[in-house]
Amino acid sequence: MPYVIASPCIADYSCVEVCPVNCISPGPEEPGFGRAEQMYIDPTRCIDCAACVEVCPVNAIFDRNRLPERWQRYAQINAEYFQQRGKPGHA
Amino acid sequence: MLERPLRVAVVGAGPSGMYAAGHLLNQPDLPFAIEVDVLERLPTPWGLVRAGVAPDHPEKKQVARLFESTAALPGFRFFGNVEVGRDLGPAELSQWYDAVIYAVGAAGDRRAGIPGEDLAGSHSATEFVSWYNGHPDFCERRFDLSGERAVVIGNGNVALDVARILMLPQQQLCGTDIAAHALEALAASRIREVVILGRRSALHGAFNNPELSELGELEGVDLIVDPSELPDEAQIAALQPDWIVQRKIETLREWSQRRPAGHPRRILLHFLAAPLALSGSAQVRSLRVGRNRPTAGGDVEPTGETFSIDTGLVLRAIGYHGRAIAGLPFDPARGVIPNRDGRIGDARDAPAGAYVTGWIKRGPSGIIGTNKKCSQDTVRALLDDAMAERLPFTGTLSAVAVAAAFKARNPDLVRYTGWQAIDRQERLLGASVGRPRVKMPRIEELLGIAVPASATGAR
Repeated sequence: MPYVIASPCIADYSCVEVCPVNCISPGPEEPGFGRAEQMYIDPTRCIDCAACVEVCPVNAIFDRNRLPERWQRYAQINAEYFQQRGKPGHA
Repeated sequence: MLERPLRVAVVGAGPSGMYAAGHLLNQPDLPFAIEVDVLERLPTPWGLVRAGVAPDHPEKKQVARLFESTAALPGFRFFGNVEVGRDLGPAELSQWYDAVIYAVGAAGDRRAGIPGEDLAGSHSATEFVSWYNGHPDFCERRFDLSGERAVVIGNGNVALDVARILMLPQQQLCGTDIAAHALEALAASRIREVVILGRRSALHGAFNNPELSELGELEGVDLIVDPSELPDEAQIAALQPDWIVQRKIETLREWSQRRPAGHPRRILLHFLAAPLALSGSAQVRSLRVGRNRPTAGGDVEPTGETFSIDTGLVLRAIGYHGRAIAGLPFDPARGVIPNRDGRIGDARDAPAGAYVTGWIKRGPSGIIGTNKKCSQDTVRALLDDAMAERLPFTGTLSAVAVAAAFKARNPDLVRYTGWQAIDRQERLLGASVGRPRVKMPRIEELLGIAVPASATGAR
């Protein structure tokens, strides 16, 4: 199951730096970074390696099946971030 | 090329300063070593991670472990209870080091500029946040929590934090590291309603989605949003909000359609509502609010219609503002030190080798990690200058000499081991009462532990 970034995220982007398939966004060189509320993982490209989990300083990243109850909606939010990119008026 | 370590001072041990220290000390391929001294005004490091992040967000505070790992790197030193401006000036500091990075944040706050703002019971949210987080400068403050209603002016994350802390049930606050004096005062609080006022439309709310959604998760609290204050389809179509803003509107719409459950506490979110004046004889009794309407250009204008809210506590959360440091250039309108890629001013009005990062560089925006990139950019500029030998390398003091110089200025210097002693003591106190830590809010108390022979601490 892919990994999901939940509400504790502080946009430290250590995850972006270690992701071997570059599926975490918006990284520090992307235009949306300065306004980012959090980082997101693309569930269609995540290879479940858990490298990001190790480096997250605030333990914000969870296996989708192990998302705490109150952060369940973040699975959808992570996926949606990538679906809406490219559409007009995207973040 | 430099044949000794490059010596850098970082002023401020908050996130931007600690990220800068981390970037400096994690440079693998340089022809010289780097030594970093982080100077901090308080005896305690981590800036807003300790004094700003809400106590019910312990997960975010875990970032302190990252700063601890930076502090453990060879070449890192911490000097607490040292204030630039009080103990030494920027010109001196620039002489003592090859380069200085100012990461002093934005300690001031913006004022609403409305009549009655100075009445008792009217405060900046910064004061309230610093008080409940045990910041030593604010531990003697008192807030009147005896009324039934508080008003928070502003629409950013701080406004929502303050509203949440006022409404959290006592049993939830008890498990946090909230300052003991605040825990006690909030236990006796009679506030049952918090009104949050946003001058502009919900499309311009500066709060982030995670913080907004969290309000909806509060136990025993009704959230009240007037659907007529939310933007209609035409206004949304005109502004073409991005996905982040659309999600905020969706959340607010859902709340606006809920029937209140009749919970004992409630939060009202008012949009297009501008504070006009506070009134009362000595103490705030009420706040007059003007209704705005959106203009075609995306801003707002007054409708002329007003209403009053009875309240004894008004907290304005309308933004932080940087403070000037004597001897450095300053842009009073933006509250920042003017800079290019982190380099302060130009050669004429700033010491050579002076840099900025964090809120004093770009203004008070973004979240904790935004500062990581900000500091990386500044460190890149600094290292480019060092490689090109554009820094004033002559006259720099050695690590030993500079430590002695600080000690001569202030005998109550707090070293990293001193902070570690404070940290251990606070955690121990916390463990005995089932809390993560019990913060010591008084300077004398902190110094008494950090500097065993402290003259101030012994008093």
